[in-house]
Amino acid sequence: MWTDFPLWPARAANFADRVDPLYMFLIAVAVFFSVGIFLTITIFAIKYRRSVHPQAEQIEGSLAVEATWSIIPLGIALFIFVWGASVYFSYGAPPKNALRIYGTAKQWMWKFQQADGQREINELHVPVGRDVAVTLISQDVIHSFFVPAFRVKMDVLPNRYRTVWFRPTRTGTYHLFCAEYCGTSHAGMIGWVVVMEPADYEAWLASGGEGSLASSGEKLFRHFGCISCHRSDKGARGPDLAGLYGREIHFQDGTTTVADENYIRDRILGPRPPDKQVAGWQRDIMPVFRGQVNEEQMLELIAYVKSLQQNPLNVNPNAPIPDEEQRKRNPQVAPQVIQP
Amino acid sequence: MSHSTEAGAVTHPALQTPYRDLDQQRETATLGMFVFLLTELMMFGGLFCAYLVYRTLYFPSFLEASRHMDLTIGAVNTAVLICSSLTMALGVQAAQQGRGKTVVPYMVVTLLFGCAFLGLKAVEYYHHWHAHEVPGFGFEFTSSVPGVDVGKVQLFFVLYFIMTGLHALHMLIGIGLVTWITICASKGRYTRAYHNPVENVGLYWHFVDLVWIYLFPLLYLISRMHL
Amino acid sequence: MSAPSVAVEPREHYLNVDYGIRSWLLTTDHKRIGILYMISITVMFFIGGFFATLIRLNLMTPAGDLVSADTYNKLFTMHGIVMVFFFLIPSVPAVIGNFVLPMMVGARDMAFPKINLLSWYMYVIGAAITLYSIIVGGVDTGWTFYTPFSTTYSNTYVFSSIVGILFAGFSSIFTGLNFIATIHKLRAPGLTWRRMQLFLWSNYATAVIMILGTPVVAIALILVAVERVWHIGIFNPALGGDPVLFQHLFWFYSHPAVYVMVLPAMGVISELVTTFSRKRIFGYEFVAAASIAIAVFGFLVWGHHMFVAGISIYSALLFSIMSYLVAIPSAVKVFNWTATLYKGAISYRTPMLYAFGFIGLFTMGGLTGLFVAALGVDIHVTDTYFVVAHFHYIMVGGTVMAYLGAIHYWWPKMFGRMYPEGWAKLSAGIIFIGFNVTFFPQFLLGYLGMPRRYHAYASEFQVLNVMSTAGASILAVGYLLPLIYLIWSLRYGEIAPANPWGSTGLEWQTTSPPPTHNFEETPTVTEEAYSYDKHPEMEFVA
Repeated sequence: MWTDFPLWPARAANFADRVDPLYMFLIAVAVFFSVGIFLTITIFAIKYRRSVHPQAEQIEGSLAVEATWSIIPLGIALFIFVWGASVYFSYGAPPKNALRIYGTAKQWMWKFQQADGQREINELHVPVGRDVAVTLISQDVIHSFFVPAFRVKMDVLPNRYRTVWFRPTRTGTYHLFCAEYCGTSHAGMIGWVVVMEPADYEAWLASGGEGSLASSGEKLFRHFGCISCHRSDKGARGPDLAGLYGREIHFQDGTTTVADENYIRDRILGPRPPDKQVAGWQRDIMPVFRGQVNEEQMLELIAYVKSLQQNPLNVNPNAPIPDEEQRKRNPQVAPQVIQP
Repeated sequence: MSHSTEAGAVTHPALQTPYRDLDQQRETATLGMFVFLLTELMMFGGLFCAYLVYRTLYFPSFLEASRHMDLTIGAVNTAVLICSSLTMALGVQAAQQGRGKTVVPYMVVTLLFGCAFLGLKAVEYYHHWHAHEVPGFGFEFTSSVPGVDVGKVQLFFVLYFIMTGLHALHMLIGIGLVTWITICASKGRYTRAYHNPVENVGLYWHFVDLVWIYLFPLLYLISRMHL
Repeated sequence: MSAPSVAVEPREHYLNVDYGIRSWLLTTDHKRIGILYMISITVMFFIGGFFATLIRLNLMTPAGDLVSADTYNKLFTMHGIVMVFFFLIPSVPAVIGNFVLPMMVGARDMAFPKINLLSWYMYVIGAAITLYSIIVGGVDTGWTFYTPFSTTYSNTYVFSSIVGILFAGFSSIFTGLNFIATIHKLRAPGLTWRRMQLFLWSNYATAVIMILGTPVVAIALILVAVERVWHIGIFNPALGGDPVLFQHLFWFYSHPAVYVMVLPAMGVISELVTTFSRKRIFGYEFVAAASIAIAVFGFLVWGHHMFVAGISIYSALLFSIMSYLVAIPSAVKVFNWTATLYKGAISYRTPMLYAFGFIGLFTMGGLTGLFVAALGVDIHVTDTYFVVAHFHYIMVGGTVMAYLGAIHYWWPKMFGRMYPEGWAKLSAGIIFIGFNVTFFPQFLLGYLGMPRRYHAYASEFQVLNVMSTAGASILAVGYLLPLIYLIWSLRYGEIAPANPWGSTGLEWQTTSPPPTHNFEETPTVTEEAYSYDKHPEMEFVA
């Protein structure tokens, strides 16, 4: 019954090698100080017990001693702070060439979309050895994306995209938990992260899906009529979106911002403040799409806008190119894929 | 029984249990009032903080919503409160100088100012009600100004009603306290030796006025600079 | 008041000066209010403990077979609300502080006795409203009320729970107000700030937090209630609100609230360690200053609850380094208590055992605080059982141990009876063991990755969870024993002398139980606190 009794979580991503050493150092510090205090108290309590030491000797205190035991712990604390901060920084912006995966969280499930169209629920397939960046948004309350084996956790907010990244180092199947309390089935909002060999991953990708995210986004781009203004020809009434993603945007009030996922989402949903109109374009003639585009459609639209990057053919540069040969060789790899 | 400090001394009828003498009683009560006002400050501070965060985030909507404030009533109310602070200060001075009975007219005038403030505030609320600007009760807002989001305009009104409502609640409590002071003063309860209730109610009254002195520019005025 | 010349038996004191329910419900005597508080928080403690028991029983099996997910969510929410707002925050200040603080400053009562009574009524009204929301259906938001779940998605009694907590908040503000005014203005002649007992210093620091922090959480919860009732967006992102702003407002109070729970406990430990080793405290100024430093720095660390919640990387750095700075004064206190034992004359009475327990468990709680303050490690352990274990080491291992130590220490003063020493030592031992068996496995669970607030869990976590549940049942026995023997001792305990521990504390320099106005004559203080060398005549008589 209790055969499975681990005391240390699996180490399956790059961050485990950053977090675990600090954790072990902290354990050493904690053991050193707590054993030190316990021993000192025990020795004093025995040596100076009333029956053998009835008369207390009064000691006022000592500045030197106080300074010592303030400054040494302060030094240790600052050392831990710097170490902890350096680990924290490594969690920062994902590497440029990371594999991009998009997902939404809602009560009580996780939905992920691979860049070329594979959709899955409560499962996330990733290749081993490659940087993976997962961009997430919630449709309702705050959730938290937590993969203990990767030492990765990030709250998923309802009003903006946040991106978490990791580089799996070991194949296998690992827990995915929601770590921010989100209601009745909080404990049921769990799933699996499946780390696969790259070849298996490619085969899995190729085995399902109905067109890439970007191609679904392109359909929406037509459906919502975006295309009638955002064009590259003379009749355009809005900026051409090719190369928009990652570019610096200049507003009419002279400020700038970088067009990331949150920027694109905010611009689509609107409303857009008058002094934050893109320089050179007519004042807000774009409709407000709040309430018309759901979070999954939004991800597709953004994928499409991003695909316009350097590539007029609308092919997502991030998407791995499916290998026909490989697909034929290994058709059975794909686990359950839920088609929406 | 004997306790060391007041053995033989004539105890003042207003001296209460834990205190040695009237001076200690007055100092303690004043300190207590200041500490209490510090609590109040933190309470309004949380609201001011939320207001400033949202005003920065949603500037155009807050600007637009702020134009729907009634500047006239707001300004008149500010003047009314400043006058009430003056009469309150005069009343406290009268109490300190031992003119216990003259406290009464000053307090009555202060009361009238306080009621005038609340009356005008009620008129203002009524206008908002008619204009469908009360969130949660058929809130409607249309604006042709680009960049204005109705949800964020509503957020302004939510904060407006909570901040001014909490202030009005404090005014109501203040009116109750001033009424109590007026009754006690008319019975000749306050003397040069004992008048700390008058001082402390005065402190409270000034504090509530001061909150309005910040509310008025924040809600009514600063956005008009951007017209 | 009795005239000293007429020596009648039995002597008149605050308990027998008047009888009947009215004399208790309308009392303004700080000692009686302290007793009223003690009865109310004991009731709340056992209610909260009952919820904890159900939680632990449910977690015996990975599937969580005992209760449904909804019930479980309500259980941990109500456990948190009841324990935090209705037991831990008022425990040492409102019971022990109310009873001994005026005596420690040599005053006849609190500065504002009526406000003190009002504080208790606020507490009782708040507790009644909270119990009402529990009985009619409970609340399932977690004690943290995170938005937008609490404002929009939860279908439970959020509004009435918030109202209950608001009343408890007012009661806490009134207590803090009284502490500050009493310590500033009612000190006995000769009792300078540097002569004050350390319990006063730590309660003063606590009162500052109560005064400055409570109103902010009050306003945050009012905003949640308003948003919930009128369906208007304040924190709801669908209407442009910001859910993370709520977290800022909430933790601005609720982190300092941790120090409201632990600072008075530290004050108790300073009293116990000095009394039972018959020594001056080592480094009086440093222990006193550490209390104030904790209160001040405590207001600047709230963001460390939000390292993964979406705050900027630079504010995370700031909150992390501030958290390390606030750890130093806590460490200084532990070192000073330990050094105080050096060359003392130590007796192992029950209160001292609790003090040892406090120092050990608080040390572990504090050291694991270094883990969660380290940005890199916090990403992995936040919102897991590691955090649960960490704060239970501080709050249960720290505050509850100190509260029990204080109850035993001042019991003779409160009721004029001694508690049964043998039983008390036994239950102190049971609590220490039970506590560690309950909560130590949770550190391991946390690093393994078991998230908190999970009704069911992955099967590999079961062994540690069963250990934890086993420990909880030991702990439950440890908590029930004192309830029984302390009630027993009210009638059958040995009659206590005025100063059974031979303490130099001002509160012991009057009869047990004290008269209504504490001292027959206003005492005059001429020496530093804990001057045991000058008082060889104050001997252990117990």
